[in-house]
Amino acid sequence: MGYETVIGLEVHVELKTKTKIFCGCSTNFGDPPNTNVCPVCLGHPGTLPVLNRQAVELALKAATALNCQINQDCKFDRKNYFYPDLPKGYQISQYDQPIGEHGYVEIEVDGRRKRIGITRVHLEEDAGKSMHGEDGRHSLIDYNRTGVPLIEIVSEPDIRSPEEARLYLEAIKSIMQYCDISDCRMEEGSLRCDANISLRPEGSTEFGEKTELKNMNSFRNVQRGLEFEVQRQTQLLEQGQAVTQETRRFDEATQTTVSMRSKEEAHDYRYFPEPDLLFVHIDDAWLDRVRAELPELPAQRRARFEQELGLPAYDAGVLTAERAVADYYESVVAAGSDAKTASNWVMGDLLGYLNAQGLTVEASPVRPEQLAGLIAQVDKGTISIKQARDVFKLMCESGKDAEVIIKEQGMEQISDEAVLVPIVEEVIANNPKSVEDYRAGKQKALGALVGQTMKATKGKANPAVVNKLILERIGG
Amino acid sequence: MKISEETVRHVAALARLSLSDEEVAHLAPQLSEIIGYAEQLQQLNLDDVAPTSHSLARTNVFREDEPWPGLARDVALACAPDSTDEYVRVPAVLEG
Amino acid sequence: MSVHTVKEILASLRRKESKPSEWTETALRMIEQHDPTIGAFLTVDGERALERARRLDGEAFDGALFGVPYALKDNICTRNLKTTAASRILESYIPPYDATVAQRLAATQGVLLGKTNLDEFAMGSSTENSAFQLTRNPYDVKRVPGGSSGGSAAAVAAGMVPFALGSDTGGSIRQPASFCGVVGLKPTYGRVSRYGLIAFASSLDQIGPFTRSVEDAAFVLQAISGHDERDSTSAPQDVPDFVRGLEGGVKGLRIGLVTGLDEHGVDAEVQAAVGKAVQTLQDAGAEVVEVHLPHLRYAVATYYLIAPAEASSNLARYDGVRYGRRAAGQSLAEMYENTRSEGFGMEVKRRIMIGTYALSSGYYDAYYRRAQQVRTRIREDFEQAFKRCDVIVMPTTPTTAFPLGEKVDNPLQMYLNDIFTIPANLAGLPALSVPCGVSSEGLPIGLQLLAHWWDEATLLRVGHTYEQARGFAMPLPRMGA
Ligand SMILES: [Zn+2]
Repeated sequence: MGYETVIGLEVHVELKTKTKIFCGCSTNFGDPPNTNVCPVCLGHPGTLPVLNRQAVELALKAATALNCQINQDCKFDRKNYFYPDLPKGYQISQYDQPIGEHGYVEIEVDGRRKRIGITRVHLEEDAGKSMHGEDGRHSLIDYNRTGVPLIEIVSEPDIRSPEEARLYLEAIKSIMQYCDISDCRMEEGSLRCDANISLRPEGSTEFGEKTELKNMNSFRNVQRGLEFEVQRQTQLLEQGQAVTQETRRFDEATQTTVSMRSKEEAHDYRYFPEPDLLFVHIDDAWLDRVRAELPELPAQRRARFEQELGLPAYDAGVLTAERAVADYYESVVAAGSDAKTASNWVMGDLLGYLNAQGLTVEASPVRPEQLAGLIAQVDKGTISIKQARDVFKLMCESGKDAEVIIKEQGMEQISDEAVLVPIVEEVIANNPKSVEDYRAGKQKALGALVGQTMKATKGKANPAVVNKLILERIGG
Repeated sequence: MKISEETVRHVAALARLSLSDEEVAHLAPQLSEIIGYAEQLQQLNLDDVAPTSHSLARTNVFREDEPWPGLARDVALACAPDSTDEYVRVPAVLEG
Repeated sequence: MSVHTVKEILASLRRKESKPSEWTETALRMIEQHDPTIGAFLTVDGERALERARRLDGEAFDGALFGVPYALKDNICTRNLKTTAASRILESYIPPYDATVAQRLAATQGVLLGKTNLDEFAMGSSTENSAFQLTRNPYDVKRVPGGSSGGSAAAVAAGMVPFALGSDTGGSIRQPASFCGVVGLKPTYGRVSRYGLIAFASSLDQIGPFTRSVEDAAFVLQAISGHDERDSTSAPQDVPDFVRGLEGGVKGLRIGLVTGLDEHGVDAEVQAAVGKAVQTLQDAGAEVVEVHLPHLRYAVATYYLIAPAEASSNLARYDGVRYGRRAAGQSLAEMYENTRSEGFGMEVKRRIMIGTYALSSGYYDAYYRRAQQVRTRIREDFEQAFKRCDVIVMPTTPTTAFPLGEKVDNPLQMYLNDIFTIPANLAGLPALSVPCGVSSEGLPIGLQLLAHWWDEATLLRVGHTYEQARGFAMPLPRMGA
């Protein structure tokens, strides 16, 4: 019997504000432990939260970009539980009136568009970080992250494979970056993902027993963790065993998932409206402004690249995944390059170089106009494609313009017929055998004559011009 | 509403209170009495009555995204019953 | 003993007939003499107070409370001065910051003498729930001073300080003011910043003054009122000149008498004293109308669901991790439970239990949400009532101060004592308790006045007019049995 995989994701995204959601402490990542704290985020007796307007603005932007219905009257609630990295003994979150509900994102699976539903988007505060002490008997707590604004994006159980899960995450990340809502750096924890996964017999409409998967700290690990779970649950079901509802942790070292000690008691978060904060009302003007200010989102941009620039779907997908890459690409085209040629350069040589160097596109040593300049040199016939790739490497290393490097390296192609004719005539005169062979119908002989000419010009002759000049002289 | 000792123990666990058997025995009838007294609210017809969580009707109280001075780390950690030079220290947090 | 009002002290200082340090010395002497009996103070910050006062001796009269000694209830955070909320769990907690009211009073150049006793985390009506000491009623030391701000009420009544701040969640300023024969004011919710007030029930808590006269209450309210960006629930409402607003009398004002209060077991002497006060106001030109508060009888039940629910969450932060007392424990879970079980007293545990239960899954709608709905009804009752009158009159409490120990083991009886004070908190209204007589046993009786939201000015004017017209001075407390 075949099984269908059912996955839902809970994604936490830290918002790019300067200060925390309820106090004025910095949200800067990587500062020394417990240096971005104050009585409010440490939950000192008597302190009170005051809501950061920008956090609401970014959450609203996110919910809008994720096609959610906006709850124009939303409120905060307390989620009560005890944990040492949770200073107040409750997390300020949103329970029954989240900022956004009923949204979706689109992903492309095997060339087909698929819509993944988003149940809700809500705004909340992050917790601190606890780590194991060296003695093994203690934990150490850093409260710098406590109170950093977060949105939680909960998907519908619409995801049908680990690959779809990864594509969904990439889509979310891409949207968040386009809107400047979050850095979405999984390695820094500014994007975190938990997954619910279950299997069910193909054709069934009921959900199977699910496991919750945690601790996946990269997109690749999300896919791998889920793949392992699919395998594990399939095996269990095939052996006639039941899947236990539990929380499992992805173990990077073994690339497997392991059961976390099951909790002794069920959660009872005792949600109730946060009395220290007043309700938030998002009026039409506010909502309209956010909608109007929303940048072109990846899906729209991708469609435009396909339709207006005539790019293949694959190219459009790669180029629009990151806003900065798409911006770079569009600048190259704006500087006069052919769309598909520019796409080849950006996807190939440029991203290849940047990835190898671990650089972001913003940090590229070659500016878009410079890349366009290089492409123009090829178009003009100054250098060959092959030469251009060497020039690009040199541009990356030096930051110089293509033209300068071509000059320095003496790489200009010779296309001037006045220069080439005497050389061609000399080659023909010195190779009567090849001329005879060609006239006898041996096409290969032409190549030999071109090769001799190239050799005589140390490879600088424009092969197309050489070809033409030889044919004019030996008849064709 | 009679609140059983078992319920008292469950609620105490939620609230992270450990109660002695005497305290449980003492609290069960007291809570029953107090909650029982509160049961009179059940008599009221409250259909379509909006709950009041605040006597204030205002909305949208915000602060701008500007930094405040915080606490120096040594001051913050000095309040804690146990800490290192950098961290607050607690008995080990077990996974799960 | 001779006691002085804030107004008298300021007048004397302004005329340079006295120096700030003399008033602080007098206050400290009074504390030294009487507090061993009364037990109003948990912390007396004598040396620093004297230092501050002596510094003021050399300065020009400037701030609104220049040189006036005062005390704060020990649930108001003071930077570098121990703040315990009368709980073991905070017994050595020294806040790293100041409450907004502490900052504002410091800015008026008043002199903070110390911190006063309260029921642990302000949960109680007798101050007997303090983890540290009993506070005794200066009018009869075998009786309670009321609560939860019993220390502040007793300190003012006993003449130790001319004013003190308390907090009022269900009557915790007005009830002890009534029991101790002083003036107690709970402002409109949002009038005074709660930032730095150790939360009991966030949607009900409000800070206010204890004074010896209504005029002083107006004066202190002026100093502590106003919007605070650190408290989202503090309102950007204009603060009128309360002192100037005191004059003008009550002619033409409508005083609302609440019908059907008998069912709540009001003591005959209390009823008589309040009736006489109403007569006084009527004689001064006020018109008396009857008002009906049909949901008043549900106030206690509503309150004892909402307040403990909020409290159960507000007190979750006391876990022995970042501050306060930590008990030993092998595991984290054990440390939490030991810390909280050893750190909290019985009444606090009881309320945490009620609140946790009321919020727990399956009960939320039946208890907490329902209580919030009744709260709406109670608010609407007042909206209706205030269409017919400007000020509502009730006794502050059904009885005078009860003997120490009488209700300690009967929580529901203790709670029912708050019937007349709770509604103002549920609705967020300003309310004032003014002494209106003494019982045959020599115990003070309080008259409670409630006004429309943000209308402390009218409330104080009526209180002041009554005080001027009542025709007697409160006898000084005996400081004995
Ligand atoms: Zn902070």
